[in-house]
Amino acid sequence: MGLFILRRLGIMILTGLCLTFLVFTLTNLYPNLEKLAKTQGNFRMSDEEVSSFLEKGGYLQPMAVKYGEWLGVLPSYRHENPDGSIQGRCILPGQSAEDAPNFCGVLQGHWGFSTVFKDEVGSIIGTRLGLTAKLMFWVMVLMVPSALILGVLSGMNEGSKTDRTLSTVAITTTATPEYVSGVILIAVFASSTMGLKWFKGTATSAMESANFENFFLPVLTISLYGMGYIARMTRASMAEVMTAQYIRTARLKGVSFPNIVIKHALRNALIAPFTVIMLQFPWLLNGVVIVETLFNYKGFGWTLVQAASNNDIELLLGVSVVSVFVVLVTQLISDIGYVYLNPRISVT
Amino acid sequence: MEPLSWFEIITRVLLQFMPVWVSLVALFTLSIVYKRRLGLYGKLFDSTIGMIGFALVMFWVFTGIYGAMDLIITHDPLAQVSGMKNKLPGTPLGNPDDGQYAYYLFGGDNLARDVFSRMVAGAWIVVQIAPLATVFAFMVGITLGLPAGYYGGRLDTVLSFLANLILAFPVILLFYLLVTPEIVETGIPSYMATVLFIFPLIFVGVLLNSRYKTQPKLRTPMLIIVLGIMGWLYLSLISETGTKVALIPNFLDLFNVSSGILVVFVSVVFVNSPTVFRIVRGLAMDIKTRDYVAAAQTRGEGPWYIMLWEILPNARGPLIVDFCLRIGYTTILLGTLGFFGLGLSPESPDWGTTINDGRRLLQIYLHPAIVPALSLLSMVLGLNLLADGLREESLRD
Repeated sequence: MGLFILRRLGIMILTGLCLTFLVFTLTNLYPNLEKLAKTQGNFRMSDEEVSSFLEKGGYLQPMAVKYGEWLGVLPSYRHENPDGSIQGRCILPGQSAEDAPNFCGVLQGHWGFSTVFKDEVGSIIGTRLGLTAKLMFWVMVLMVPSALILGVLSGMNEGSKTDRTLSTVAITTTATPEYVSGVILIAVFASSTMGLKWFKGTATSAMESANFENFFLPVLTISLYGMGYIARMTRASMAEVMTAQYIRTARLKGVSFPNIVIKHALRNALIAPFTVIMLQFPWLLNGVVIVETLFNYKGFGWTLVQAASNNDIELLLGVSVVSVFVVLVTQLISDIGYVYLNPRISVT
Repeated sequence: MEPLSWFEIITRVLLQFMPVWVSLVALFTLSIVYKRRLGLYGKLFDSTIGMIGFALVMFWVFTGIYGAMDLIITHDPLAQVSGMKNKLPGTPLGNPDDGQYAYYLFGGDNLARDVFSRMVAGAWIVVQIAPLATVFAFMVGITLGLPAGYYGGRLDTVLSFLANLILAFPVILLFYLLVTPEIVETGIPSYMATVLFIFPLIFVGVLLNSRYKTQPKLRTPMLIIVLGIMGWLYLSLISETGTKVALIPNFLDLFNVSSGILVVFVSVVFVNSPTVFRIVRGLAMDIKTRDYVAAAQTRGEGPWYIMLWEILPNARGPLIVDFCLRIGYTTILLGTLGFFGLGLSPESPDWGTTINDGRRLLQIYLHPAIVPALSLLSMVLGLNLLADGLREESLRD
């Protein structure tokens, strides 16, 4: 088991490095840098001015070197100005070149500076991630139990009328992407045309004080899409377990039906959905981006959109690192959990 | 003129869709009459769910096609009519010209365009791009997944690692990275198109070659003709004067795909192919242990013949089901791209862009966003139901 986790960790780190390098390359292509120079300096810069600006910042080094510096494994670039002063990524304003550390990258905790929010990337991501964590927590609280109940109810009597109805519900929710269900939910429950006005159409106020009125719609929107999928997986695995020999034995012994479902079937039927729930995280990340944009909730997904559409290179890199990390860690947990829950799977 | 009542709106919309109803009835009658001779497709008509799904899908397919032929559309989807801004469904035009349809059936959007016509025009964009992009994703996935599953070993390790790499990437981030104008300027999407779109050529080439290798007289001319035509289409598709990939002169270029559409197409194929790869790889690993594969190996068939003519046909059930699901997923992805205003032009009538336009005024005017939202929902739902019906029927054999 230890070796298995180690190997998975190794692959995970390799994947993480490849992905961050990919994002780094794509965000540091010359047209992006040119746009950065023009937004930082002024828009009428000539080509020479742009390249001298980029030269000073060390942007014109080879891609691998820049990546190494950003990661913090290579000493960071320093530029000597004509007046003898030295500037560089690591040298903060008011700090002399000798005091500044040689290495400053992600590994040393320097995430860089956001050009849109005028703040440290690390602290922006921290706050935004906190807001999104709040959203995700409630999504999980709503989504997982309801999906499991839906799946178990339809899976315990395969082919029955309940099963047909609930399966159709599950298919409908998987066919409804967040931007469709969000729009429909806002139209029905929050617009003045329909007159219901039960909830609020934006979740901006939920960032400070979340309550049922301003937070339920975004949570429901994200949950609905993932719910159908988990429910269908649970249904399939429940239906399979219900045909197993030991369930028949329990029935013949005269165990009551609720008892069979709860005590005998449920435990085995929940192994497959567990993996699915963990693998839903990357999906939820997508949903989060859409829902936060739709409901104007300024969390992690909203930050991603802002960073990407405003060419905020260092913030975008930070956001990518965090999201790739989340995806990889959930994959790892789901692999380990699967082995742990299902002793029949061998890790070697 | 008086605005139409809800009953009149519904009647007029149903009438407007008349060619679609006629085609649907004809298709269903023919299919049900001859269903015993139509294989898996015919069996679909034994399951109610499958039939409902198929009807929904074909409704949008016919709508898209007839819409493109100018049959259903009442107004130009891009034209703005003064005085019709944000008007409710059924509002009559102020002073209609001769021959112009006198009402906005589903109202006007915030730029005074007809919501109904934009919905129909949006269907055509989805019907064009989604199935084609899915076909390309399947070509890439099958061409790489079969050898990965069949040979295993180092090839499998490398390809699986690459597939997992793409899968671990948040889709929206990838879209933002690929579709921004700066990246398009560097030509990366065009290069990706060059690589991704060559897979159908490889696939068909290997498919025909492995089958007719023993009859060189038949094979050589066939390969030359088929690959020639496909190569020409391929070059016309990827080559575009003025971009980084301009391989053939203009007079040979059959059609020009606008670079926005091409980028959207490439990113959708790119995102979908690793999942197809994983499915095909899994199926190939399972099927290669069967007796008929061993028999083919004993006969001395080549590996590509076994992969493409023994394993692939026997993996068709799950693949067809996944194909339907994946078209739905591609539709959702296209909507996502439109929703974030990526790739497609801001006035394009596709559903995602329209939803994004409409959502700003959603609190007051529902119709501009709700109409495309429900269209997208019904289309994807239809595809999912169709896949469900197909799965049930193919499991029954």
